Amino acid sequence: MSDAMISATHITVVRSGRKLLDNVGIDLEPGKFTVVIGPNGAGKSTLMKVLSGEMTADMGHVSYYGTSVDLCQPVDLAKRRAVLPQATQLAFPFTALEIARMGAVAHGALNPTEEGRKALSRVGLRGFESRPYPSLSGGEQQRVQFARALAQVPQPVADGLPRALFLDEPTASLDLGHQISVLEIARDFASAGGIVLAILHDLNLAAEFADHLVVLNHGRVVAEGPCADTVNDDIISAVYGIAGTVGRLPAAHIPYVLPQSRHR
Amino acid sequence: MPFRASDDGDRTRQGVATLVLLALLLLIACLISLGVGPTGVGLKDLWAYATGHSASLTTQERVILEAVRLPRTALGLLVGAGLAVSGAMMQGLFRNPLADPGIVGVTSGASLAAVTAIVLGGTVLSPMALFFGNYFLPLMAFFGGLLNTWLLYIIAMRAGRTSTTALILSGIAIGALTAAMTGLLIFMADDRQLRDITFWSLGSLGGATFGRVSSILPFVLVVLAIMPFVARGLDALILGDAAAFHMGIPVQRLKKIVIVAVAAACGASVAVAGSIGFVGIVVPHLLRLTMGPSHRFLLPGSALGGGALLLIADSVARTVAAPAELPIGVITALFGAPIFLFLLLGRNGIGMRDVQ
Repeated sequence: MSDAMISATHITVVRSGRKLLDNVGIDLEPGKFTVVIGPNGAGKSTLMKVLSGEMTADMGHVSYYGTSVDLCQPVDLAKRRAVLPQATQLAFPFTALEIARMGAVAHGALNPTEEGRKALSRVGLRGFESRPYPSLSGGEQQRVQFARALAQVPQPVADGLPRALFLDEPTASLDLGHQISVLEIARDFASAGGIVLAILHDLNLAAEFADHLVVLNHGRVVAEGPCADTVNDDIISAVYGIAGTVGRLPAAHIPYVLPQSRHR
Repeated sequence: MPFRASDDGDRTRQGVATLVLLALLLLIACLISLGVGPTGVGLKDLWAYATGHSASLTTQERVILEAVRLPRTALGLLVGAGLAVSGAMMQGLFRNPLADPGIVGVTSGASLAAVTAIVLGGTVLSPMALFFGNYFLPLMAFFGGLLNTWLLYIIAMRAGRTSTTALILSGIAIGALTAAMTGLLIFMADDRQLRDITFWSLGSLGGATFGRVSSILPFVLVVLAIMPFVARGLDALILGDAAAFHMGIPVQRLKKIVIVAVAAACGASVAVAGSIGFVGIVVPHLLRLTMGPSHRFLLPGSALGGGALLLIADSVARTVAAPAELPIGVITALFGAPIFLFLLLGRNGIGMRDVQ
């Protein structure tokens, strides 16, 4: 086990007598885009909560570069990883810039307002700085939150250690173009030596972007590895109950859009 | 939206400008409070007194300035600042612009404890009363407020957030229960205690002395001192417990500190001035409209604005029906209740967003 990674071993989480996670192990390596897929209730979000330090596992161990997550203060964790949650609603009308700025403040930026501005323009929201968050569309809100996460870990590698981006369904409320641009930003983060973990529902996007794919079902890892080994008819039909779908074209009368076809 | 953000989305300048204006407003409010009253001692006398020409004043005029107006102004400043800051902090903690210490029953908890102190202070609790002296009443009110804030937090918080309905209904329930217990105590009280309770519960800055000022000063100072340390955490908390933790905020510790601070500011204010409603909801609400919801500016702004508002309200209370005095709670409720209703009906869209 390298010290330069985030790793979880033998993670078991039990809630109301149900095993949400059952002896799960996962290594998040620098330079790799790791994607977790699986049906609803498979334990994907729970795994991310355990990895981010937000939830303590009943059994097992999470470590950041060799240090147990239990020994890390929230403020130290905040410098090492940023988390993009699923939809967030606010009772108070912060502007888009004020939200993004909070991420920059969290990592101790000297000029958080400027860094927040930079993060907003990275996600294509230049000109949205003064818009009140509650007045934005769901997709725009999601991108503001993504900007906040980026502002929290502006460098994929800092002080010789990789930083991590945890993305819980980052594409959920985005249109096709923004789904791809958000994941491209995340991939660039990984290529530059950072750690990326994303939960995705779209198997096409998962197959296109993941360097390492983890398939969860009923709280267990049922397959992991490169996409070529994990996205196949057997696994997809065992996990999702949909057979005969991998690498085949639909009947001629159904139009289809495969965004990955843009790589020819 | 009724509030304007500057074009680049950075409201820092607006925040600073508003704070400067509020400081000026507070200064003017202090001058009005010191220089206006039914006795005819006016700003000219205040000026003579302040510039060291106090020899030109009669003894009576000097006494009015030194022993009546000065402590009353200081008390109003502290109570107003304490109430407004505790309102702003509570709204941040509950992620709800309607969380006012008066409306959700924190004040009634402090009242219950204060009445307990008055009724039982001579008998069962007399050792404590003797030991804490001047601080006995504010300390009791602090613990009463703390108990109710904590209860409310447990009852109204569901999955990390409060619905307005749960907040207000549990506030009413807790308030009713503590009011009933207060009633029981009043029933047990003797004539002298009844008079004390009645005077105290009228909700007034009248009868202010430097003794009272010094008894709540430490409580309010502590709350003002922690403002810079909780501002960032409260901002992050608006995004939810999990997001705040992700941004490095020790969420549980922050919440405990804020609950204790709210109880301290609120309890101390109730102990010296009775229950004065709506300051904690009106001031932060008006400030959010002008400077945005960030607690960096909202908390200090609430301290300045709360002090100014209460001093102006008190000046009005002293003069409109002179020589009689209107209870100050009547004045604050007269303009506070409509603003509360306005928020509740969600005309501007931020009141009911989290109802469900």
